[in-house]
Amino acid sequence: MTDMSQPGTAAPSGKNRSSLLAADARTKRRNASERRFRLMGLIAVSIGVLALVGLLTSILGNGLSSFRQTYIALDVYLDPAKLDKSGTRDIEKIKKVTTFGYKPLIEKALVAAIEKAGVDDQGLSGKKIGAMISPEAPATLRNYVIANPDKIGETIPFDLLAGGRIDGFFKGRVTMESAALDRNTSPEQLRLAEALRDKGIVVTRFNWAFFTSPDASDTRPEAAGLGVALLGSAYMMLVVLVLALPIGVAASIYLEEFARQNWLTDLIEVNISNLAAVPSIVFGILGLAAFINFAGLPQSAPIVGGLVLTLMTLPTIIIATRAALKAVPPSIRDAALGVGASKMQTVFHHVLPLAMPGILTGTIIGLAQALGESAPLLLIGMVAFVREYPGAPPEGFFDPASALPVQVYNWTTRGDPAFVERASGAIIVLLAFLLMMNIIAIILRRRFERRW
Amino acid sequence: MFDTPHRETSVDQTEIKISARGCQVYYGDTHAIKDVSVEIEDKTVTAFIGPSGCGKSTFLRCLNRMNDTIDICRVEGDILLDGEDIYDPKVDPVQLRAKVGMVFQKPNPFPKSIYDNIAYGPRIHGLARNKAELDEIVEKSLRRGAIWNEVKDRLDAPGTGLSGGQQQRLCIARAIATEPEVLLMDEPCSALDPIATAQVEELIDELRQQYSVVIVTHSMQQAARVSQKTAFFHLGNLVEYGETGHIFTNPEDPRTESYITGRIG
Amino acid sequence: MSVSVLITIVLGLAAIGYVLARRRALAVVDGDSRKLHSRTGYYGQFVFLMTAVPALLVMLVWLFVQPVLIESRIGGMIPESAFPEGGELTLVMSDVRRISNGLDAIEATGQGAAAALDATATDVRAEMAAVGVALGSDVSPEVLSAAQSYRKMQHTGAFWLSIVALATALAFLVGSLSRIRADQRARNISENFVLALLIGASLVAIATTLGIVLSLVFETYHFFQLYPWQDFFFSLTWNPQFRGGSDLGFIPLIWGTLYVSFVALIVAVPVGLMIAIYLAEYAGPKLRSVAKPAIEVLAGIPTIVYGLFALITVGPFLRDWIAQPMGLGDSSSSVLTAGLVMGIMLIPFVSSLSDDIINAVPQSMRDGSYGLGATQSETIKQVVLPAALPGVVGAILLAASRAIGETMIVVMGAGAAAKLSLNPLEAMTTVTVKIVSQLTGDTEFASPETLVAFALGLTLFTFTLALNVLALFIVRKYREQYE
Repeated sequence: MTDMSQPGTAAPSGKNRSSLLAADARTKRRNASERRFRLMGLIAVSIGVLALVGLLTSILGNGLSSFRQTYIALDVYLDPAKLDKSGTRDIEKIKKVTTFGYKPLIEKALVAAIEKAGVDDQGLSGKKIGAMISPEAPATLRNYVIANPDKIGETIPFDLLAGGRIDGFFKGRVTMESAALDRNTSPEQLRLAEALRDKGIVVTRFNWAFFTSPDASDTRPEAAGLGVALLGSAYMMLVVLVLALPIGVAASIYLEEFARQNWLTDLIEVNISNLAAVPSIVFGILGLAAFINFAGLPQSAPIVGGLVLTLMTLPTIIIATRAALKAVPPSIRDAALGVGASKMQTVFHHVLPLAMPGILTGTIIGLAQALGESAPLLLIGMVAFVREYPGAPPEGFFDPASALPVQVYNWTTRGDPAFVERASGAIIVLLAFLLMMNIIAIILRRRFERRW
Repeated sequence: MFDTPHRETSVDQTEIKISARGCQVYYGDTHAIKDVSVEIEDKTVTAFIGPSGCGKSTFLRCLNRMNDTIDICRVEGDILLDGEDIYDPKVDPVQLRAKVGMVFQKPNPFPKSIYDNIAYGPRIHGLARNKAELDEIVEKSLRRGAIWNEVKDRLDAPGTGLSGGQQQRLCIARAIATEPEVLLMDEPCSALDPIATAQVEELIDELRQQYSVVIVTHSMQQAARVSQKTAFFHLGNLVEYGETGHIFTNPEDPRTESYITGRIG
Repeated sequence: MSVSVLITIVLGLAAIGYVLARRRALAVVDGDSRKLHSRTGYYGQFVFLMTAVPALLVMLVWLFVQPVLIESRIGGMIPESAFPEGGELTLVMSDVRRISNGLDAIEATGQGAAAALDATATDVRAEMAAVGVALGSDVSPEVLSAAQSYRKMQHTGAFWLSIVALATALAFLVGSLSRIRADQRARNISENFVLALLIGASLVAIATTLGIVLSLVFETYHFFQLYPWQDFFFSLTWNPQFRGGSDLGFIPLIWGTLYVSFVALIVAVPVGLMIAIYLAEYAGPKLRSVAKPAIEVLAGIPTIVYGLFALITVGPFLRDWIAQPMGLGDSSSSVLTAGLVMGIMLIPFVSSLSDDIINAVPQSMRDGSYGLGATQSETIKQVVLPAALPGVVGAILLAASRAIGETMIVVMGAGAAAKLSLNPLEAMTTVTVKIVSQLTGDTEFASPETLVAFALGLTLFTFTLALNVLALFIVRKYREQYE
C-alpha cells in the first residue's frame, strides 16, 4: 500500500485535487454543525423523556402515601347513659343522638388508652387529645351503633381514623416546625402520637377505605375516598361502551362498505374529522344545553356524562374501525359475494369478524380517553360534592355521582394540603386503569393482528 | 500485485480513476457482491450491465458510499479513488460524495426552484464566493447539462414542474455543479421516454470529455451506444470486464454470451 | 307502567313474534325450507322489527310531546300572582315538578293521600322535606293544585301511552305474521332496515355538530339580547357581578388564551419537531425503543394529570425560583406555568404528526442530497424540512387549536384573574377557564353572567374549527403532493 501515500502525484488535471484523507476546514465546520444539530435532537428527546419522568415522579411522590392511612386502635365503651338515655334500645331514639354525643366516648377511650400504656400525655388536655382523632370517627361509631344497637353497654375495639395532621406527620408531610405554626395541631400532639405508635396504639397500614369510602368534607381529608367516583366512572364507561361501540361500528360499516361517494358522505366525513378536533369543553356545553336543559336529564348523573363522553369517543372509534375494515382485503369480500352472499351477509359474516380485533383495540383506546376526560364533566355538574353512592343500574345512571378525574379536580380546589396527597393518589389510580386498558389493547393487537 | 496508476497512465493516455479490489458487500446475511475487482478509467464511460438483482446498482452505490445510509449494509475490501481508500475511517463521506457525484434512476429534483436545485451543491460545499459566481456556476452547469436553453427564462420556476427528461437533465446538471471527478449514474434513463433518453445519452457522451462516468443500465443497446468499457455482473459476481466492443461481439464467458443473446436476464 | 317495563314488554312481544314467524314460514311451505325466498331467521327478524320499531317510535314521540302539552296546560293554570318575587314561570314549573315528585313519594310511604293534601291546612313544605324533597319557599295553594293536576295528567298520560304502545306492537305483530308467504323477500326487508340503522348511526356525527352549533348559537343569541355585543367584543374588562352590571369583555380572555397557547407552542414545536427528526433520522434502535414509547405515553396521559403537575410542581417551582427572586410576581399560577405544562402535553402531538410528515418525504429526495455530498443535517434542514413545510405548518395549526381549546391545564395552572398584561409570570385567565367558572355551580339560565359562557363557547368553537379546517386542508394538499 505504499503508493497510496502519494496521492498528489496522481492528479495531472488542473483541478484542485485535495486528499480525501484530510478533512478541509470547511468540511470540519460542516461536521461540527452536524454534531450540533444532532446534539439539539438529543436534547429534545431528553426533554421529552425527562418531562415524563418528572411528571410521574411528581405524581407518585405526592400520591403514593395516600395508599397508607394512620389509624388509632381503641377500645370504646358504648356508654348507655350517653347513647340510650331511655334504656329502651329504641332505634329511633338512638338515632336522635348526633355525632356530638359520640365524641366524648372516643376522647375518654383515648385518654384511658394513654394511661394504660403508660405514655406521657405531654400535658395535653382531654379535648386536645381528642382532637388527634379524625372528626369522621364519631360518625363511624354512630353508624356502628345504629347497625348494632344491642352492643350498647359493651366495650368494643375500633380502628378509628387518626386526624389528618397526625396522619400527615407519619407520612412526613407535617413536621414539628409546621405544627408549631398550625392552629389545628401542636408539637405536643405529634410527640404523643409518636409515643403511641411505639406502643402499637397508632398504626399506619394499607388504606382500603381510599377505594371504597365516599368523598369527605373540607375538614376531613383523612376520610375522603374514591368510592363514588370509581362507581360513577364505571357507570359512565358502561354507557359509553354500550352506546359508542355499536353506533361507531355501524357508522363505520356504512361509510366504509356501503356509502356511495356523494355530498352526504362527504358531509359525514368532514363532520367526523372535525368532531375529533373539537375542544372537549364544547362537548360539555352541548351536554349542558342539550341533555340537561333541553331533554331535562338530571345534573351530575352518569347517564349525561356517559352520553357526552360517547359523542366525544365516537370519532376515535369510527376512525379505528374504518382502518380495521380497510385492512380486510377485498379478496375476502369477493369470495363471499362470489358464492352468492348478499352484501350485508358478506359484511356481517366475514368482514366484521376479521376486523374485530382492530375494532376492539380502537374501542379500548377510546374508552381510555373517555375515562381520563374531565373538562366536559365539570359543566354537567359532576363536580358537585356527592357522598351518596348511586343506586344499582339502570336507575343508578340517573343518580348523582362523581367521576375519577373530576374528583381529582375537586380535591385540588380544597384548602387542606392533605387533599393534594389524595388528588395525586387518585391520579395514580386513574393512571393504573389507563395503563391496564392500554396493555389489554396492545395484547389484543399483538395476539390477533393479521398481516394480509 | 498492484498495478501502480502511473505506469498505466504512461502506457495509454488514460489513468485509473477508481480501483476496487476484492470488494464484498453484505446486506445483513445476504452476500450481495462477491469479491469484485475492477479498475475504472478516467474520461471514460463505463457501463455496468447484468440481469436484475445482479448487484450492479449495489456496487455503484459503494463507489460513493451511498450504502452508508443503509444500516444493515457492510462493505469489505478496498475501493481506491486516485489511490486513496474511500472506506478509510479518516475519509469523510461528505467530502467523497462531492468528488463522486450521483444521478439516480428516478429524477429527484428538490421541491425548490430550478436555480436553487443547481445552486444547492455549490452552496453547501462553498464553491462560490458571491452571487455572481454562483450565477455563473448555475449557468455553466445547466449548459453542460444541455438544458440551459429550455429553462433559462424560468430559473425561479419549481424544478418539479419540468418534464421527466428535463428533470433528469436537471439532476445531471445539479450533480455537475459540484464539480465532481466521477459521475455515477444509476439507470438514468429507465424512467424516460425514448426522445428524452436520446438527449441524456448524448449528454453522457459529452460529459466523457471531463469526467469519468459510470453508468448502470438495463439496456444492452444503451451500454453499447454510450460506453467504452463494459462490466457484466451476474449474481453478485463480476463475470467479465473489458472494451465494450469486445464484450458485445466476442464475449469470453458463456454467461455473458447468454445474457447478451437474451437467454438469461 | 314505567317506560322501562313497557320497553321490555314490547321487546318481549317482538321476540315472541320472531319465534312465531319462523314457525309460520316453515308451515307455509310444509316444512321444506328450500322453497322459501329467505332463510327462516329472516322472517323472524322481519316480524321482530315490524313489532318493535313502530311501537318504540310511538313511545319516543309520545315521550317528547307529552311534557310539552302538559306544561303548557299547567302553565295556563298558574296565575301571575303565584310567581315569587322576580321569578319566572320556569321557576314555578320546576317547583311544580318537584312537588309532584314529592306527592309520589308521599303516596309511596302510604301515610297520606297525595290528592287530599291541602295547602291551607298543612305545611306542605315540611311534608315534602320529610320525604326528601327540599323546596325553596312555602307552597301556595295555586302551585299545589297545579302540582296535583300535573301529577294526575302525567299518570293519565302514562296509562294511555302503555295502551297505545302495546296496541301498536300487537297490531303490527299480527299484521306482519299474516303477511308471511313463501316468495316474500324477508331478507331484503330486514337488510334494508339494517342499512337504515347504519345510515342512522353515521348521521349521529352530523347531529352532534348540529347540536353543538344550535345550542351555542341559540344561547349566544339570548346572551346578546341581554348584553350589548359591542361591549362583549370591544370592552377591555372582564368583571362579572352577581347582581348585574357586569363587564363581560372577552378581549382579556382571548389575550390570556393566545398568550398561554403561544408559550405552549414555543415549547412544543421546536422540541416536538426535533424529537421527530432525531428519532426518524439519527437515533439507534436502542434509544428509539425507549424514547418512542415514552413520548407516546406522554400523549396518553389525561390533561387532568398535567393540570395537577402544573398546580403542585411546576407552579410552585416557577414562583419560588424565578418569579419571586426576579420580583416578577408571587403567584404560582401563571401564564408560564400553564404554557410550559401545556407545551409538554403538546410535544407528543407535534412529534407524532411531524414524524408522519417527515416520513412522507420520499427517500429519493434524501438520496439526491446525500449524492451531492450534503451532510445529514444539511439534508434535513435544506431538503426534508422545506419539502415537509406545508405538513409541518398544518401540524402546528392543529397543535394551536388544541392549545386554545385545552381546559384542565389552564383551569389549574393559569389562574382566574382576567388581565391584559405582558408579564408571563402573572396569573391570567383564558376563555376555557371562564366557561368552566361561569357554568359550574348553581347556574341560572336567565342571567348574562351565565349565558356569556355560550358566547365564549361559540367563539372558541369558531376559532378551533377554522384552525382545524385550515390545517386539514393544508395537510391534505401536502399528502397529495407525494402520492
